[in-house]
Amino acid sequence: MAPGAFSPRRIAERLFAGLDAPLLTIVLLLAGIGLATLFSASYDTPSRVTAQLANLAVALAAMWIAAQIPPQTMMRYAVPAYLVGLALLVGVALFGEVVNGARRWLHLGVTRVQPSEMMKIAMPLMLAWYFDRYEATLRLRDFALAGLLLAVPVLLVARQPDLGTALLVAAAGFYVIFFAGIGWKVLASLAILAIGSALPLWGMLHEYQRKRILTLLDPTQDPLGAGYHIIQSTIAVGSGGIAGKGWLHGTQAHLEFIPERSTDFIFAVFSEEFGLIGNCVLLLLYSLLIARGLMIAANAPTFFARLLAGSITLTYFTYAFVNMGMVSGILPVVGVPLPFVSYGGTALATLFIGVGILMSIQRHPKLIQT
Amino acid sequence: MRLAELKNHERELRRFRVRVGIAGIAVLVAFGLLLARMIYLQVLQHDYYQTKAEDNRITIVPIPPNRGLILDRNGEVLSRNDSGYTLEISLSKVQNLEQTIDRLSGLVEIGPRDRSRFKKLMSETRRSDSLPIRTRLTDEEVARFAANRFRFPGVEIKARLFRYYPQGESASHVIGYIGRINEQDQERLEELGVEANYRGTDTIGRRGIEASYQQDLHGTTGFEQLEIDAAGRGIRVLSRTAPQPGDDVSLALDIRLQKVAEQAFGGRRGALVAIEPSTGAVLALVSEPGFDPNLFVDGIDPQSWDSLNDSPDRPLNDRAIAGLYPPGSTLKPYLALAALELGKRTPKSTIRDPGYFVFGDRRFRDDKVGGHGVVDMYKSIVESCDTYYYMLANDLGIDAIARSLEPFGFGSRTGIDLDGEATGVLPSPEWKRKRFARRDQQKWYPGETISIGIGQGYNAYTPMQLALAVATLANGGAMYRPHLVDHIENPRTGERRYIQPHLERRLPLNEANLEFIKRAMAGVNREQDGTGARAFAGAQYTSGGKTGTAQVVALKQNEKYDEKNVAERHRDHSLFIAFAPLDSPKIALAVVVENGGFGARAAAPIARTVLDYYLLGKLPDKPNGPVREDESVKEGD
Repeated sequence: MAPGAFSPRRIAERLFAGLDAPLLTIVLLLAGIGLATLFSASYDTPSRVTAQLANLAVALAAMWIAAQIPPQTMMRYAVPAYLVGLALLVGVALFGEVVNGARRWLHLGVTRVQPSEMMKIAMPLMLAWYFDRYEATLRLRDFALAGLLLAVPVLLVARQPDLGTALLVAAAGFYVIFFAGIGWKVLASLAILAIGSALPLWGMLHEYQRKRILTLLDPTQDPLGAGYHIIQSTIAVGSGGIAGKGWLHGTQAHLEFIPERSTDFIFAVFSEEFGLIGNCVLLLLYSLLIARGLMIAANAPTFFARLLAGSITLTYFTYAFVNMGMVSGILPVVGVPLPFVSYGGTALATLFIGVGILMSIQRHPKLIQT
Repeated sequence: MRLAELKNHERELRRFRVRVGIAGIAVLVAFGLLLARMIYLQVLQHDYYQTKAEDNRITIVPIPPNRGLILDRNGEVLSRNDSGYTLEISLSKVQNLEQTIDRLSGLVEIGPRDRSRFKKLMSETRRSDSLPIRTRLTDEEVARFAANRFRFPGVEIKARLFRYYPQGESASHVIGYIGRINEQDQERLEELGVEANYRGTDTIGRRGIEASYQQDLHGTTGFEQLEIDAAGRGIRVLSRTAPQPGDDVSLALDIRLQKVAEQAFGGRRGALVAIEPSTGAVLALVSEPGFDPNLFVDGIDPQSWDSLNDSPDRPLNDRAIAGLYPPGSTLKPYLALAALELGKRTPKSTIRDPGYFVFGDRRFRDDKVGGHGVVDMYKSIVESCDTYYYMLANDLGIDAIARSLEPFGFGSRTGIDLDGEATGVLPSPEWKRKRFARRDQQKWYPGETISIGIGQGYNAYTPMQLALAVATLANGGAMYRPHLVDHIENPRTGERRYIQPHLERRLPLNEANLEFIKRAMAGVNREQDGTGARAFAGAQYTSGGKTGTAQVVALKQNEKYDEKNVAERHRDHSLFIAFAPLDSPKIALAVVVENGGFGARAAAPIARTVLDYYLLGKLPDKPNGPVREDESVKEGD
């Protein structure tokens, strides 16, 4: 063994090998913003900041591991991951634990898992694997089958009910199908079909989901009930102004007018305290993250890697757009966190695993020959 | 083949990159949309949302002012604020009210009166959620409840200021009382546009000075700007505007004089009003029986209310300003004066009184059987000769009588600073036309004029009016509007606003005529045959007076009034008007004793007692009880 193999420098090099510097910088900046905002939002429960720091450590470790796994290995685990995820979702539907009126958790002996979260990764893996396998001979029939592979887990998640996650899983799957080259005509007809089926779907929605959509159109209809979230978060955003009220000086947040202010509505706290300038910084960071992800996708060596990278990257867009849109009152309230910023360990880990996969794809461009 | 595959691959990659580009553009468009929304909210609508956020976090908490005190002319406290504890229940936080009250009664004494009072409060007040189930808790009860507080969510001990009336029943009609603000009060406050100044205030003046000087006593409500959280909990005080305490109201009334007068009634019903003629200041205003205003402060319980309201003695009526009585013979001096002024009589002209006056087929009886003999004006007043006035009234005619009496304030409100004053009735043909609907009832009959001559008939005046009239007479025809309040003082600055005497009118009376009438009234108290002579025997000051007896039940013609055989409630009212000293009078008064019989017997001694105390500081030897039946009193009235 060469001398200095265990020198700190070599260890650091080994540790950071394969970690894409631009991606890492962007997500760490976002996570930093998240911690700062969380510190302000949870002034009454300071333990949340330390808990989130621990979550971040776990998520970074998960990212590191994911970054070490070569894409072809991922490809091998695509089908098993999807099948296990599907089985667990069925398990949740049958034996799941009800928390806050929704059946999302499944007890597996010592621990409990949220299989819907796992689907966020397993879904693009599966579809990317599927399209990669039939790359040369893709026909409409293949897209139809992919649609089925997508629809089953999404419906299972939506039934829990967890509209936010269902939306994210559906988006992840859809992006794979989109990048796989589904025809524009097919896409257009699908869109018409979707609008056509909106009515029967409306009937399938839970009462509180319908209410959320209705109050989006006019939050003042129910100012103390379903409209309360949107009204208060809009006030927070609007009262922030251009420069914001300053860190730790958001009155809406500190006086508890914003519900779920450290999780789904953390953007209201951020926007109130940092104003339009802060929002531009945040949007810029997300744009850079997406740009870097799409760049990795465009340069990826295999069809599988391209589809996977493209899908994961656009999922980040979905998170950010839906969350900020809902807080600022242009989208319905669905449980989607602000990526890398909102409090919560599971979501953070999933997000960072995605980053790890992107890094792995960036790192292994030439290992796979076609 | 390999080339084709490669070519295929190249095409695939190109297509993918196009889609990546499209995705990138879509992302930018979507983020642009978000940015536009944020600019809209944070730049264009910023002011609007800024205000909303401020409204959200700041609440205004009113701090009610301390109510001003009510004092008598010597600084004696008539109404003050005592601190004490109440046990209050928040209706919205208590699930089973009955059960909670039952459980509370194990710790704190809660009687059936407290319960019924609480129910009444619940039905009357909707503006406050927290209502007192018990007031004025003892220290021991406070301690007992405090130890068990955790068992009673929604029940609280509150330290509060209570209005307290240390004089009890004394001067209760003057002082009045406060009560909890009900919905009607609330509407009235809103009409006046002062409801903001009553935020945080539970009570309002209901009667007496408490009501008529409500605005001065109330003060200005202070405010605290409080930062609150979404649950409404106060976080910190942002600013504070201290409340301005209400002004102290000092009366011209002397509570000691008032008590002397009240005691002089000896439990009989009636009223007394004493006025300083030169200013209109009210020195005493008695309405007997009184009531304890303390009962009303926290909302009166229905039992106490019923016993006050249903009592045949009507203690809640303020007889002094709202009780209407025929003036009886106390009207005679004014009629005599009118006759002098109009030239219908001279002091010297005489009549012969056979004991009755015949008008048409009707015979008007004099009280003195056999009559007073030869009577001039002086004697007519001193001995209260009815026949003289039957004739005089007939000669004057009703229109002249009404025109002459009106300037003295008969039949119109005196404008005293109390609410609820009655107007009374100064009869005239015009009044009768308005009063009655039927044509035959509207007609004025000459016989009715003759009854007016001795103060009977439709006449009905308040003791307040009788007192103001005699004060005006005593003051040489200068009428000052009566007022109870002497001055209003700001307790912080000591700044005083005096109620200036208000000259209502100056009657253009001939001085010689006026002097003659006053001299005749002095004779009432001084001459041996004077109807007030017995009551005023040995008085160490000069005074003028006039007795009066008002029929409660009309007697049939030729029927003799026999006091002993008439039910108490049907006995005549006893009246007396007086002023003293004769020259530059310091006090003028009117007394009415309901069903007291002859004016000389019941009302005159009360007037004597009051004048003795006011002019000499002399307290009565014994409470003035009803005069015994066998005492021989001049029945000149």
